[in-house]
Amino acid sequence: MKLTGAEIVVETLIEQGTDVVFGYPGGQVIHLYDALYTRSDRIKHVLTAHEQGASHAADGYARTSGKVGVVIATSGPGATNLVTGIATAHLDSIPLVAITGNVPNSLIGRDSFQEVDITGITLPITKHNFFVKSVDQLADTIREAFAIAKSGRPGPVLVDVPKDVQVAAYEYAVGQIAEKTLPRKAKDEKLQKAAAMIAASEKPYIYFGGGVVTAGASEEIMALADAIDCPIGCTMMGLSGVPDNNPRFLGMEGMHGHYASSVGQDEADLIITVGARFSDRGTGNVAKYARRAKIVHLDADGAELNKNVTAALSIECDIKDALSRLLAMVEKKQRPEWMARIAELKAEEEKQLKEIAPENKLTPYALIREVSKYTNPDTPIVTDVGQHQMWVAQYYPFANPRTFVSSGGLGTMGFGLGAAIGSAMATGKKTVLFTGDGSFGMNLNELATAVSNQVPVVIVVLNNGVLGMVRQWQTLFFNKHYSNTILQRKTDFVKLAEAFGLPAFRIGSIPGITCPSECGACLNMENCIGTVDEMKEVIRKAFEVDGPVLVDCTINCDEFVLPMLPPGGCIEDIIVKVEGE
Amino acid sequence: MEKKFVIAILVENQPSVLTRVSGMFTRRAFNIDTLTVGETEDPRYSRITIFASGDDSTRKQVMKQLKKLYNVKEVKVMERDKSVYRELALIKLKNDPQTRQEVLSACDIFRSKIVDFSPNTLCVEITGETSKIEAFIALVKHVGILEMCRTGVVALERGCNYLNSDSCDK
Repeated sequence: MKLTGAEIVVETLIEQGTDVVFGYPGGQVIHLYDALYTRSDRIKHVLTAHEQGASHAADGYARTSGKVGVVIATSGPGATNLVTGIATAHLDSIPLVAITGNVPNSLIGRDSFQEVDITGITLPITKHNFFVKSVDQLADTIREAFAIAKSGRPGPVLVDVPKDVQVAAYEYAVGQIAEKTLPRKAKDEKLQKAAAMIAASEKPYIYFGGGVVTAGASEEIMALADAIDCPIGCTMMGLSGVPDNNPRFLGMEGMHGHYASSVGQDEADLIITVGARFSDRGTGNVAKYARRAKIVHLDADGAELNKNVTAALSIECDIKDALSRLLAMVEKKQRPEWMARIAELKAEEEKQLKEIAPENKLTPYALIREVSKYTNPDTPIVTDVGQHQMWVAQYYPFANPRTFVSSGGLGTMGFGLGAAIGSAMATGKKTVLFTGDGSFGMNLNELATAVSNQVPVVIVVLNNGVLGMVRQWQTLFFNKHYSNTILQRKTDFVKLAEAFGLPAFRIGSIPGITCPSECGACLNMENCIGTVDEMKEVIRKAFEVDGPVLVDCTINCDEFVLPMLPPGGCIEDIIVKVEGE
Repeated sequence: MEKKFVIAILVENQPSVLTRVSGMFTRRAFNIDTLTVGETEDPRYSRITIFASGDDSTRKQVMKQLKKLYNVKEVKVMERDKSVYRELALIKLKNDPQTRQEVLSACDIFRSKIVDFSPNTLCVEITGETSKIEAFIALVKHVGILEMCRTGVVALERGCNYLNSDSCDK
């Protein structure tokens, strides 16, 4: 049948299994929106407050569902507003298809109204992108975009469709769902070599990243650890890949990793790295990273092998397949001494935690743990970026894969609210967003989207009146020169939420407004913090609300994320306690 | 250790492909010394030759990152001892009666051609390996180089080695 380009876009999206798209209309996608209007029975369009929010929503949708997220924006500013969202997805290998309108071919290159070269702009932050010059290529280009986005190591793909292509008519026939190509299978001899290295190791350590979540290889990781009797650590992107209650699981390692996880990794003699890319946040100073260990590196992307860290054995492979075959090859062996040492490190960590987060005090730890009592194993837990993100990464007991949604590689403040909306839409589950007053301030306009769509999201703002993570660095490394990290805002988030049309609760009082603290200097901030009982009561009430709800919880600005490996430092530099705070 | 190497890349003959390839070098802070591109015997493909420098791990990383680009079909290092390298330069020199004879004999020795001659200028076309071209430039520099352009290196492997695996069947 003959359809317009705009209709072909919508039909191809439906054909590829898309049920929800996020976006914002505009002049150069008006035909596309007309086509969406007539097909609203098959494809739901979620209108956000800003294209950036839409891009993060599509990202959250993809992270929690494992499907390709789709976002639509108009040309020019609509398209540039997607850039941060696309880069976020790129750094975290999230499958995303972004469709942008552009001025008609006849106006391209003339600096026409709302014209930008979005394929040029997004070239280094997409897996691939397309400019569709004529309507005969349109359907196949979108199919190829889906195939690229989800194949191998996933990533974002942008398709730029000029207006005349949306208007032109062309023959359309329903096509197949794009096949995802899996990474190549590992060679037997390489896996044999890995098995031999494991057999020779006294202190093996499994270190996994987001690639394990993507590949759905959680079971294989746990089975391998059981077979060779070793601990498991992960990168931040790996979180939720192995349940927190697995006794071998030490949690995230690296800059703000768990003590036992980071020190355990340093003491290991073999690090079996799976679907991780040795980011600087994970390794610290590469020259001093894992000096005692040989590294075996399995990854879907061959370009990650020997990129940041040189491995003794590197295997480009389909992780899930490789792990299950490796499991059949390894020698089952108990390593009681090594596991005893790991238990010692865990005990030390427990001790440190008791000092950082004493009971009967409202700390970030207490708050996050209390929230976790009201969630299920499959509740999406979304964060923004900063101290609160690290606390969630450290303390939240994740159970099921794909329940941790956070901007890892790019560290995008403002990611959270959009991503939480997308996560809730993808799963249909009550979703929790942990955010900070800094991050939340960046994209809180999406509260409107949450209210319009009655998205069940519990927003917990860890409000300390400062840009806590940068301030923490200033405390530790810049002689407490708090340059532009003290917000001195007079925002009342409860009133704000009410203005947007959602219920809200407060824990504690607002420094500088309802309690006499000089929020600038964080003096007397203790007086503004609520009690543990007050907190518990508010969290209980918040989870009784059906639609979106906000909890504004004042926390002390001198709460630090610990432990901390200073940037460029190594394990000897680990900071577990900050004196005199 | 820093080494020079030549990579041949077979790409789809489409707009923006050159940008994707060169952009990858910029983004990952790899150096390009020269870059040459042109259509191949099959008009669907272009061949890019890049003369680059870096240590072994850089070279490997460059190759892997190139292979990840969607419009790239083949990537191969053109090994020096198994390949022919050529570069062409056009060099416009001062045409001074006092140095003319010296230039002409240099051209003769280097088997280069005079392709333009005017009362004040003469233009030399020289082809060969980069080292030959550089030796020639060093020799005639004092005469006064008015303008110069170089193509950068192109390279083909000797014998029955092809970049395009389809060619192997021929």
